[in-house]
Amino acid sequence: MADRRAGVLASQVALGLAIVAIWQGLVAAGVLDPFFVSRPSAIALRIAQWISTGSLWGHLVTTVEESLLGLLVGAILGIALGFALARAPFVAAVCDPYIKMLNAIPRVVLAPLFLLWLGLGIWSKVALAVTLVFFVMFFNTYQGVRDADRVLIDNVRMLGASERQLVRHVLVPSALTWIFSSLQTSLGFAMVGAVVGEYLGATRGLGYVISQAEGTFDTTGVFAGMTVLAIVVVVASAGVTRLEQWLLRWKV
Amino acid sequence: MRLEFDRVARDYVTPDGQPYRALDEISFVVPAGAFVAIVGPSGCGKSTLLNVAAGLVPPTSGRVRIGDGDLAGLNRAATYMFQQDALLPWKTVRDNVGLGLILAGRSRADVTPHVDGWLARVGLTAFADHYPSQLSGGMRKRAAMAQNWIIDRGIVLMDEPFSALDVHTRQRMEGELLTLWESSKKTVVFVTHDLEEAIALADQVVVLSAGPASRVIARHPVPLERPRDLMELRTMPAFVEIYRAIWAVLRDEVIRSHETAERRRG
Repeated sequence: MADRRAGVLASQVALGLAIVAIWQGLVAAGVLDPFFVSRPSAIALRIAQWISTGSLWGHLVTTVEESLLGLLVGAILGIALGFALARAPFVAAVCDPYIKMLNAIPRVVLAPLFLLWLGLGIWSKVALAVTLVFFVMFFNTYQGVRDADRVLIDNVRMLGASERQLVRHVLVPSALTWIFSSLQTSLGFAMVGAVVGEYLGATRGLGYVISQAEGTFDTTGVFAGMTVLAIVVVVASAGVTRLEQWLLRWKV
Repeated sequence: MRLEFDRVARDYVTPDGQPYRALDEISFVVPAGAFVAIVGPSGCGKSTLLNVAAGLVPPTSGRVRIGDGDLAGLNRAATYMFQQDALLPWKTVRDNVGLGLILAGRSRADVTPHVDGWLARVGLTAFADHYPSQLSGGMRKRAAMAQNWIIDRGIVLMDEPFSALDVHTRQRMEGELLTLWESSKKTVVFVTHDLEEAIALADQVVVLSAGPASRVIARHPVPLERPRDLMELRTMPAFVEIYRAIWAVLRDEVIRSHETAERRRG
């Protein structure tokens, strides 16, 4: 098992290095034009510059802050409404088409509205992230409560549970299972919301960095921004996996 | 505590909108402290009858009497052991076993000695901090038994609780159930499709007819001595004799239920 994991990790690193090496090689050989695709060495150098001058941190912190706030607010709203509607089937049936309609709106078209309403600061980005996270959380909570095992509910009622205890001991944990399993998706969506928001209008953040670089045809800056973003996502996602394993430790 | 079914009937509406009578005019008494088994072919409404006794499903007509009163709403004098696993997967064995006491408003510290006593009684002390998914089928059933018996109610309803276990584990669980019951004054209603299991455990076997509209078609006493040695019991002449007598009635119902199932399929 440990051997296999080490093997996978080694192969993952090797694959990454191979892609970077081919990229670098093709540019060096003149097959690819660095104006369009930059080159890995230049990108690494740029990131090193950002780190050494300290210009990276402000942008990074802003993006992470917006993502986490979006995740938090979206989760609270989604879980609360998901729970409420799952317990009130009539209201859920009435709201159903409207929820689907709202979910069908491409979020990018909302970004200018949020900029208009909330300004260039972090809240317009948080709002965009919320619109993405909310629906994931809402649908999972709703499903989780509705799908709670009938036998578990009957058993706990027979053991003497009141309505409130039923919610606490069965419905909430059942929904949490679904919610935790969707944390990965939600976190990804929160970051997409934040970065897209920054891209469309901001004064700081990784999305802003990328958009500035694009404005001056600075492909190295664009790729460097994307690389930093990718690293943040990988690290955050590893953290979420750990958290998920701990929260759902009762599953085999 | 005495349990009585008084002309209990229960109707359902099938998915295609047809009314379906599952139980029809079921009347019998389970005396206080007795162990009564209910047998019948599959689909005869045994589980429905138990759900009615538990108050999870109201009867369409008739009534259930508990002690001296009519049952209304959930049966607070009974526990119910389900055929499926009903332990909460996100709680440890200890928390599952103590759940009924916690629901009654007692504190965790307060119930721990009691819970530990029950864990020892069902041989799960070493698994107290495991989750149900980490246990074998037999251990899960033991935990479920402890969960039910710890809250100490007068009536114990059991719906084919051991049907998913292998033969040997099953026999051991039956033995443990009898030991528990013999040291209590509880009334047990045990539903099973396995006639051998019914005779081995019960004081009385109630036979239901094939559905729809199941009725009680036989009630047979089981005058076998207690405590019973479940390992030897099944080959004893007295056991075989009772088996033959009840099977003579049950066989026709099993055949009838097969024919009904075939017709529905065809």
